[in-house]
Amino acid sequence: MTHTNLFLRIRSWLVMLIATVMLQATAGIVYGDGHGNSRVPMPSTETAKGEKCVEPEDVMKRKHMEFILHQRDKTMHEGIRTKQYSLKNCVNCHADPQTQSVLGKDGFCESCHAYAAVSIDCFSCHTDSPEEQDAAVSGTVFGSIFDSNITK
Amino acid sequence: MSLNRREFLGAGAAAVAGTAIAPGIRLIELASARSPEDAVSMQQRWGLLIDSSKCAENCSACVSACHEENGVTDEGSPTTDAQWIRKVTVKNPTSGYSHSLPLMCQHCESPPCADVCPTGASFRRADGIVLVDKHICIGCRYCMMACPYKARSFIHETITDQKADAPRGKGTVESCTLCVHKVDRGDGTTACAEACNKEGHSAILFGDLNDANSEIARRLKTEASQQLRADLNLNTGVRYQGF
Amino acid sequence: MKKVHYTMIEGTSLGFWSLLAILGAFIAAGLASSYYMEHHGHIVTGMTNQIVWGTPHVFAVFLIVAASGALNVASIASVFGRKLYKPLGRLSALLALTLLTGGLAILVLDLGRPDRLIVAMTYYNFKSIFAWNMILYNGFFVIVGAYLWTMMEHRMNRFTKAAGMAAFIWRLTLTTGTGSIFGFLVARQAYDAAIMAPMFIIMSFSFGLAIYLLVLMFAYRWTERPLGDAVVYRLKNLLGVFVASVLYFTLAYHLTNLYVTEHHGVEGFILLGNNGGEIYSKFFWIGQIIAGSLIPLALFYMPVFGKSRFFIGVGALLVVIGGLCQMFVIIVGGQAYPMSLFPGMEVSSSFGDGKVADYSASLPEVMLGLSGIAIALAATAFAIKVLPFLATSLADEVADPHYQANDAATGAEASA
Repeated sequence: MTHTNLFLRIRSWLVMLIATVMLQATAGIVYGDGHGNSRVPMPSTETAKGEKCVEPEDVMKRKHMEFILHQRDKTMHEGIRTKQYSLKNCVNCHADPQTQSVLGKDGFCESCHAYAAVSIDCFSCHTDSPEEQDAAVSGTVFGSIFDSNITK
Repeated sequence: MSLNRREFLGAGAAAVAGTAIAPGIRLIELASARSPEDAVSMQQRWGLLIDSSKCAENCSACVSACHEENGVTDEGSPTTDAQWIRKVTVKNPTSGYSHSLPLMCQHCESPPCADVCPTGASFRRADGIVLVDKHICIGCRYCMMACPYKARSFIHETITDQKADAPRGKGTVESCTLCVHKVDRGDGTTACAEACNKEGHSAILFGDLNDANSEIARRLKTEASQQLRADLNLNTGVRYQGF
Repeated sequence: MKKVHYTMIEGTSLGFWSLLAILGAFIAAGLASSYYMEHHGHIVTGMTNQIVWGTPHVFAVFLIVAASGALNVASIASVFGRKLYKPLGRLSALLALTLLTGGLAILVLDLGRPDRLIVAMTYYNFKSIFAWNMILYNGFFVIVGAYLWTMMEHRMNRFTKAAGMAAFIWRLTLTTGTGSIFGFLVARQAYDAAIMAPMFIIMSFSFGLAIYLLVLMFAYRWTERPLGDAVVYRLKNLLGVFVASVLYFTLAYHLTNLYVTEHHGVEGFILLGNNGGEIYSKFFWIGQIIAGSLIPLALFYMPVFGKSRFFIGVGALLVVIGGLCQMFVIIVGGQAYPMSLFPGMEVSSSFGDGKVADYSASLPEVMLGLSGIAIALAATAFAIKVLPFLATSLADEVADPHYQANDAATGAEASA
């Protein structure tokens, strides 16, 4: 008898919990539609360098995490250091020229991740600043020639 | 703007790849300058040969250079600060003879750290370099318990201003990477070896143990050398001589 | 022997809620400590690059070892068919689960990256005894959970023996795994010994039974349920055997090391306190040997004390404290002694080579360790309130299979 009561109580808690989570999610869809009237500031997507990204923008938006995760294992375990999907390459282009960082309130990575409420784990170890100037510049120019060879 | 070595080699490798006769067959096989899209292979086994008779007792250029190259900073806490390489003074208690040598990860062929690591974050790359994959390191420190050379450090505090080539962060374990970023771009040396040469001691030699024509392989073939804790039979990539 | 009934404890008294509140405060302090340690990094603990495992691991390994030992009481009934132990089985399996939960909670919260627990569950290096342990620990929850079910659900009773056997084998494997964490370490002088695995098994027998006896006596006294001498004396006599066995294994371990010249340094360090090992030799001799082994043996077997519930309780508590001391000596003492990098040479460096490492536990570490014990006890207290783990009576006429009516007078007196 007491068991049944306990189970019923647990079940009612679960129902409450699920209902709350669903309500929150719906609220997110209603308010966070990204058309200016959201409570969360819009992310900054301005990039100073380069004309276009290594993939079309909509692909990058959805899949950048897969690209860098795949590249991460390739680089770490096999020593494959192609530039196209390397995190270093992301930072080199997307770092704010003023702050020299992809983080911060208007930083390329952080502002969007704050908007999407997804935490970034990369920069607890990786630097958020681009490489030293001359290396970074030559890296971009030659890197692009080079990338066209390797991404076929 | 000058073409640095890395870009030069990169472009060169791409050109070579372009002149391939047929898929998979290349006209020229580049020995050391592996192109960035190729995986490391067991054809190489990178290592160091350290001659302690050439190592000056009061010199720590290798340590400074390593820590500069990899952004390992002194946080003012000797017991918790990371040390990828350190100078060890070894004294014979009976004769009093004392000498010093640099000690770092020995890049074992059968690394005890990799054996005990629960997630596989500690591993040996095909070319013999032992690394920590900090993406999957959970910070359990079992590898530090297992390493016979005390070569590993745990990061005890938040770290900022990391080098782009040496990511490191709180809560994970790290050690000498044999300057893997330099090896991968074909520098053919490590920060410690460079610094030692610059000081005029040339006590540290970097090279490919598998390449019979390399200086390191030639010297290992013709001169006496030894492994630290050779009794453990770990086949280290770092070898010593001079004591 | 009468039929055994199990009932939940009422758990509505002010005392019960106060107990939960106190344990809750310890758990909260432990969680706060863990957050503090994670936020600032392990710099706020006493752990260093020399002593990489500290106080949290002392408590965690102790609890994990005790967990598998606590299951023994149930195993003796199911596997070895001893009737007296049968009504004790449910609490035994419950304690096994809660102690393991407490121990693992500490281990996980002490990780450098506790947020990556999912990584630990998804990436396995099968050569690592740690990875094996993760499977063994998780499996332990499943198997002991199933075992409990067969004990508590009438229709499942016929599977109890099979489940008990599986759980028994599993727990021996688990403790072998825990001992091998140290046994498989070639690098350090104090470890790298095959005896570690069996020694940890016998330690688990001792620590687990001591905790079981304490919880049993405390719960029955507080809820005013009858607990007969037959059960108490049997358990304390068994505990005495286990304590003596741990002493034997300790002796064998140190004798082996003392014979081998290579190990004289580390033995002098632990046993005699040479080279700054005073703290470890004190923990060894005063904590583990005198307080944790010799005094309890005297209390259990000397007729003056052996009949007193109070002294039996003190003895069991001392076994627990001695066990924690033993863990401290093994884990911290084993790391404090310098590694032999250049055998026969004197070494020195900026990284503590050739030097005994200092260690002083910080408050957050200690709180985290204590919170593991609090988690185990709070979970146990809560569980016996919501499900019937405890026999309503363990008076001699209920529990003792050899109980005879003419003993009734003395039996009733004892349990009164």
